[in-house]
Amino acid sequence: MSEDAKRFLAPGWDFGTVTDKISSIILGPTPLSWFVGFGAAFAALLLFIFAVSATFLRGIGLWGVGIPVAWGFAIVNFVWWIGIGHAGTLISAILLLLHQKWRTSINRFAEAMTLFAVACAGTFPLLHLGRPQFFYWLFPYPDTMGLWPQFRSPLVWDVFAVSTYFTVSLLFWYTGLIPDLATLRDTAKSKLARVVYGVMAFGWRGSARHWRRFETAYLLLAGLATPLVVSVHSVVSFDFSVAILPGWHSPIFPPYFVAGAIYSGFCMVLTLAIPLRSLYGLHDFITDDHLELCAKLMLATGLIVDYGYVMEFFMAYYSGDIYEKFLAYNRAMGPCGWSFWLLFALNMVLLQALWSRRVRRSVPTLFVLSLLLNFAMWIERYVIVVVSLTRDFLPSSWGYYGATRFDWSLLLGSFGLFLTCFFLFVRFLPAISMSEMRGLIDERQEAGK
Amino acid sequence: MNGQRTAGLLAEFEKPEEVVAAARAAYGAGYRRLDAFTPYPVEHLSEAIGFPRDSVAAFVLAGGLVGGAGGYLLQYWAAVLSYPLNVGGRPFHSWPSFIPVTFELTVLIGSLFAVASFMLLNGLPRPHHPVFEEPAFKRASRDRFFLYLEAADPLFDEAGARSFLQGLKPLGVYAVPA
Repeated sequence: MSEDAKRFLAPGWDFGTVTDKISSIILGPTPLSWFVGFGAAFAALLLFIFAVSATFLRGIGLWGVGIPVAWGFAIVNFVWWIGIGHAGTLISAILLLLHQKWRTSINRFAEAMTLFAVACAGTFPLLHLGRPQFFYWLFPYPDTMGLWPQFRSPLVWDVFAVSTYFTVSLLFWYTGLIPDLATLRDTAKSKLARVVYGVMAFGWRGSARHWRRFETAYLLLAGLATPLVVSVHSVVSFDFSVAILPGWHSPIFPPYFVAGAIYSGFCMVLTLAIPLRSLYGLHDFITDDHLELCAKLMLATGLIVDYGYVMEFFMAYYSGDIYEKFLAYNRAMGPCGWSFWLLFALNMVLLQALWSRRVRRSVPTLFVLSLLLNFAMWIERYVIVVVSLTRDFLPSSWGYYGATRFDWSLLLGSFGLFLTCFFLFVRFLPAISMSEMRGLIDERQEAGK
Repeated sequence: MNGQRTAGLLAEFEKPEEVVAAARAAYGAGYRRLDAFTPYPVEHLSEAIGFPRDSVAAFVLAGGLVGGAGGYLLQYWAAVLSYPLNVGGRPFHSWPSFIPVTFELTVLIGSLFAVASFMLLNGLPRPHHPVFEEPAFKRASRDRFFLYLEAADPLFDEAGARSFLQGLKPLGVYAVPA
C-alpha cells in the first residue's frame, strides 16, 4: 500500500497543505484561462438552447431523420454521451470495491463528468419523442387516460435505467461532497460563501458516528452502483438488439456496449484530466501513473470492443443469413463505407499504440489519442445506428441519411452544456476529494512507520 | 466561566492515533456521552467511542426489497390487471421482460434509503451545533482531531473532566458554551 500511496500522491503533502491546495482552486483567484474556456463553452450552450428551442417550435422535421433512417444523430449522441458517463461510476464504485487507491484523486471529477454526460444524453431521446413536452407520459402514473407504459419495451426500460443511473450517480456524488463542503464552509472568507457552503454541507461536523454511517452508506451505494453501471448500457443495447434489424439483432450487444461505454468514458477522463491538472497545477495529485492506468483500462476495454467488431463480421459469415452478410458488406463497402474505415483506423489500429509504455507515459500523445478515440466512439455509434438503418431487408425501402444544421447544432451544443457544467463545477466545488486525500496521507504515514 | 453553562469539553489532537487512544481512555474511564470529530474517517475511532455498528445496511436492504417488490408489482398491475394488451398472443404476465425495471427500482429505492438513513440517523441536516461555537473547531474539517465530552454525561464535572483531558496531552482543551 505504501508503494501505491507514493505513486499516486507526490511526497511532502500533509492534511493541511492538501486541503489548502484543493480549496484554493475555489477560494483563490480564478485564472484567465477559466474565463476563456467558460466563455467558449457558454457560447456553445447558447447554440444548444437555440437548436432545442427550434426543435420545440417546429418539431423534428428540422432534423435529417425520416424513413428508413428514423434514428439519426439524436440517438447516436444519446448512446455516445451515456457511454461517456460510465467511467465515472466505474471509477468511484467498482474501483472502490476493488480497493484501488488510485481512484482517490480522480473519482470526484469523474463522477461530475458522469452526471453532466448523462444530463446531455437524457435530452436527446426526450427531444426525439417529437412532442418532448409530454415526456412524463413515459413514467407510470395513474393518468386520466387509463394508460400505462409498455413495460415489455426496451425503450421504457431505458427510461428507468437512465433516470435511476442519474439519480444514483447524483446521490453518490453529493454524499461524497458533504465533508468537503464542510471544509469549504470552515475555510471560506466571504460571508456569502460560508452561508452557501454551510447550507450545502447540512451541518456536517465530522463526528465519528457520522463518519461510520457515511462509510457504510458510501460502500453500499458503491455496491448498488456496480451492477447498475453494467445494467445501464446493457439496457441501452437492448434498444437495438431486441429489434430484428440486421446489425442490431445480436446477443453480443450488451457486453460489447458496456465495454465500449467504459472505453469512451476513460477517453473522456483523460480528455478532462490532462487540461485540468495543468491548468491548476495538480500534477502531484493526478500523477502520470494515474494517466497511465486510465490508458491501460482504455486498451483493455478497447480490445473487447475490437473483439465485438470482429465477431459481428464472423457471425455475418457464419450465420449464412443473406441479410446479415449483406449488412457486413454494406458496412464496409456501401455508400457509408467511409465511416466504417474511419472507425477501423482509429479504434482497431490506432488503439494499439497504447501497448507502448512510451505512448502511455507521454501526456500530449495521450491527450491527442483520447480526443481521436472519443471521436471514434461517436463514429462507432453512427455506424451502428445510422448505417444499419439505411439498408435493411427490402432494396425498395433503402435510403440515405444526411444530418441538417440543426443536428450539428445539437451535437455541438451538447458539448456546450457539458463543458459549461464542468467549468462551473471546477470553479465552485472541489474537483478532488479533500477528505479522501487526507485518508490517503494517513495511510502513507501509517505505512511509513 | 462566569456562571455560563457548558455543553461539554473539546480536546484537540494533532494525530489520528492520539485521538483514538484518547477516546479509548475516556471510554475506559467510564464516559459514555462522548464523540470525536475528525477531517476524514479514522479507523477504530467509532469503536473507541462505543459505537461499534450502525444500522444503515438494514435500511438499504429494506429499501431494496421495497423497490424490487414494488417495481415488479407495479408492472404486474399495469400489464396484467389494469391494461392488459395482447401483443401477438404473448402472455400478459411476461415476467422476463419485467426484470430490467424491477432491477432498476431495487437499486433506486435502495440508494435513496441509503442516503436518507445516513442523513436522518446522523440527525442531519442540523445547521448548528454547540461545538461550532469554538473557533479552534474550524480545523476539525482540515487537519485536527477532536475528542468531545458532553456535559450531559453523568460522570461529567467540569474540573474533573478538564484535568482528565489534560492528562491525555492534547494541544488544547476548550469549554464549549451551551
